[in-house]
Amino acid sequence: MSHKVITKLSAFFAVIAWLFMAFTDLTVIFSYSNNLAPEISQQVPVIAFNVFLLLLFIYFKIKIERAENVNFIDLLWRVFVTGLVTTIVSLFFRMINVMIGESALAQYIIYQEFVYVVNLGLLSIVLVSCFSVFRKLILYQKSKALITFWRLFQSLLLVGLVYNVLPFTFLNQFSQYYLIVLGLMGLFLSVNIKWVAYLNFKQKWKGILLVALALFYLIYFVWVVTIHSGNFEGVPFVDFQENIFLIALIIFVFIYIIFSLLVLLFNLPTSSVFEQKLEEVGNFQKLSQSIQTEQSEERVYDILLESSVSTVFADAAWLEINQSDNITYYTYQIEEKEVLAIKDALLSNKAKGVSDQGQDKTRNLDLILKKVKGSRFRSLIVAPIVVKNEQIGVLGLLKEVTDGFNKEMKKIVSTFSNQAGISIENFRLLSEALENERYKEELKIAKRVQSSLLPKDIKIQGDYEMVAYSRSAAEVGGDYYDTLAINEHSSALIIGDVSGKGTSAAFHMSQMKGIFQSLSQLGLEPNVFLDKANNALAKCLDKSSFITATYFIIDSKKNTLRFSRAGHCPTLYFDSKKGISSYFSTKGMGLGMLRNNNYINFVEVNEVNYHPDDILILYTDGITEAQNRKGDEYGYDRLKEIVDFNAKKSPEEIKNALIEDFFAFTGTEFINDDYTVVILKFK
Amino acid sequence: MVDIQKINQNGITIVVVIGEVDASSSIDLDSAMNETIASGALKIIVDCENLDYISSAGLGVFMSYIEEIKANNAKMIITGLNEKVFNVFKILGLDQLLETADTRDQAIELLK
Repeated sequence: MSHKVITKLSAFFAVIAWLFMAFTDLTVIFSYSNNLAPEISQQVPVIAFNVFLLLLFIYFKIKIERAENVNFIDLLWRVFVTGLVTTIVSLFFRMINVMIGESALAQYIIYQEFVYVVNLGLLSIVLVSCFSVFRKLILYQKSKALITFWRLFQSLLLVGLVYNVLPFTFLNQFSQYYLIVLGLMGLFLSVNIKWVAYLNFKQKWKGILLVALALFYLIYFVWVVTIHSGNFEGVPFVDFQENIFLIALIIFVFIYIIFSLLVLLFNLPTSSVFEQKLEEVGNFQKLSQSIQTEQSEERVYDILLESSVSTVFADAAWLEINQSDNITYYTYQIEEKEVLAIKDALLSNKAKGVSDQGQDKTRNLDLILKKVKGSRFRSLIVAPIVVKNEQIGVLGLLKEVTDGFNKEMKKIVSTFSNQAGISIENFRLLSEALENERYKEELKIAKRVQSSLLPKDIKIQGDYEMVAYSRSAAEVGGDYYDTLAINEHSSALIIGDVSGKGTSAAFHMSQMKGIFQSLSQLGLEPNVFLDKANNALAKCLDKSSFITATYFIIDSKKNTLRFSRAGHCPTLYFDSKKGISSYFSTKGMGLGMLRNNNYINFVEVNEVNYHPDDILILYTDGITEAQNRKGDEYGYDRLKEIVDFNAKKSPEEIKNALIEDFFAFTGTEFINDDYTVVILKFK
Repeated sequence: MVDIQKINQNGITIVVVIGEVDASSSIDLDSAMNETIASGALKIIVDCENLDYISSAGLGVFMSYIEEIKANNAKMIITGLNEKVFNVFKILGLDQLLETADTRDQAIELLK
């Protein structure tokens, strides 16, 4: 069943219960006044009244509890409205009394009883609605113990409903004690008036008015019901004084109203302090949030200035930020000229604190301010703004009265400036992180571009089979290999290594690619090729960079391999006839080392006749110079051994064996250098 | 990490390089060399007896001052290269551009 249906049903049945009570009660009275034996037991209206109270209780409990996000004043407003409606109804009956003449109607005991029952019902409504609202107020910022205590109180109250109708007469003797217990519990619960503190000044006034009106309703109804019940001496009517639930409720509601009223009244003068504290918290929050939302440091500075000024009620303020010896001023109600005058006075009086790196505390500088001629200000505090242990600025707050800043304010300003420092630090870290992220993206692009510079699959020219393997220590590297068909029977092959690693090496490597792709088409002699490459590179390589390379021309008609070495690691060559491999020891010099016409004299051309199953192994120093944990280098001998051992296999298998052995030696796949292997086997 | 010391001895500037020269510490080597050459030293010895490792970037530093030394009519001798480093020198062809000696005394003798 939905809550709506329950409230409607409980309201409907409450009305039925009341009507039933009124009818039965009047019947009893009528029988009694006419000296007839009543056909209905005197207990029936009493029980009906209790049922009515219970239904009311359920109705208001659900209605008030379901009201989410309702503020305290709205809750009190509900009590006020309920009270107003009931009072109007009650007054309506009083008006009839006055109009017809009280003395005449007083004779009719039945009518008197009816008015009494009506007022009793109205009183019950006011009490139960108050009770439900107070429950919400008391349980604001509840603790577990408080909830338990409240439930106990509520349960005992509900027991009070049936207390007087229980068929145990001896209970009546204890009803007073029962009431005292409930009264004390109510008193204890009434101490929970925390909600008052959360009202602002205006709301507190409203609260006082509404609570006072509730008190008025309560007193009015209790008075009305009491004078009415005085009319029925010796008549067996529904006496509210016998209903423990009702009496306990009256006591509790009365106590809580009085307490609330007093607390509200006494809290009025201090509410501004509370409001100020709330504003401080708000400002503080604003400052710390500014880092997430604001796009610039300037905004953080603005917020710091605004927040500080509004929290300590400063008449003027300035904020100076020193960024790379460039001082920026943010001011409030003060001109930069005045700020400079104050600063001069502070400096000439040797007051540390303004633009002084060593100062790290908020300081009160009223005394010095007196020495500033013609200044309208009488109070001054300054606070440093520190980012990463470095003072980047100063916050100064001014007042036109003397001793304008107390200890509390000093503390707040200090907290604010600290928070601003943290915000700016965070902001800078965030910017740096974003920048780094951008660089990473750029590097990823560079990596993609570079990997496209190395040939994806090396063409198999029919006369030989070739595989390559290349890895970089960083995203991009400086190792290079490439091939190009010069004509039908000859092709060019190069392996290169740029000095250094990373981005600069990658740039030079791409230059090398350009040189190879354009110059090798010309079918130049290897040493001429290197000379021209050296000339080209001399103009663009920076002073301390060089490139090592070995350039080959494979002629499948003559079965010759012609090559020149430009300072690159000696080529390993497996001679299938001898069944052993060896390094070519040839003269050469790195590209870019000698930047004049003399270079060609330092490189020689070598020629080898190749035979089927001969193997050419090209590599970069990343292989031979890689170290294991002991600091030993992979070295030339190990490379030669692994090639000799696997010489019968296909280039792919040789490469795999070599890489496997290489990683086994280094103990890791993360080599701190670029490394490349190219294996070419003749058919 | 590299430690570079400079000694002046009878008109000869001796640059002593100790430790390892990699891409990042080559900057220190470069500034030491630049200082020495800019100061107008005509006789320079680079003592690499305690140089354990030098990367290609470090070698590039020596290489980059060859032209300038020649233009100044100065002379630079690198001494005490260990076998591994000297091998790299030879492979690169730097031994054809830079004068080397086994010991400091030999170098001093050559510069007389």
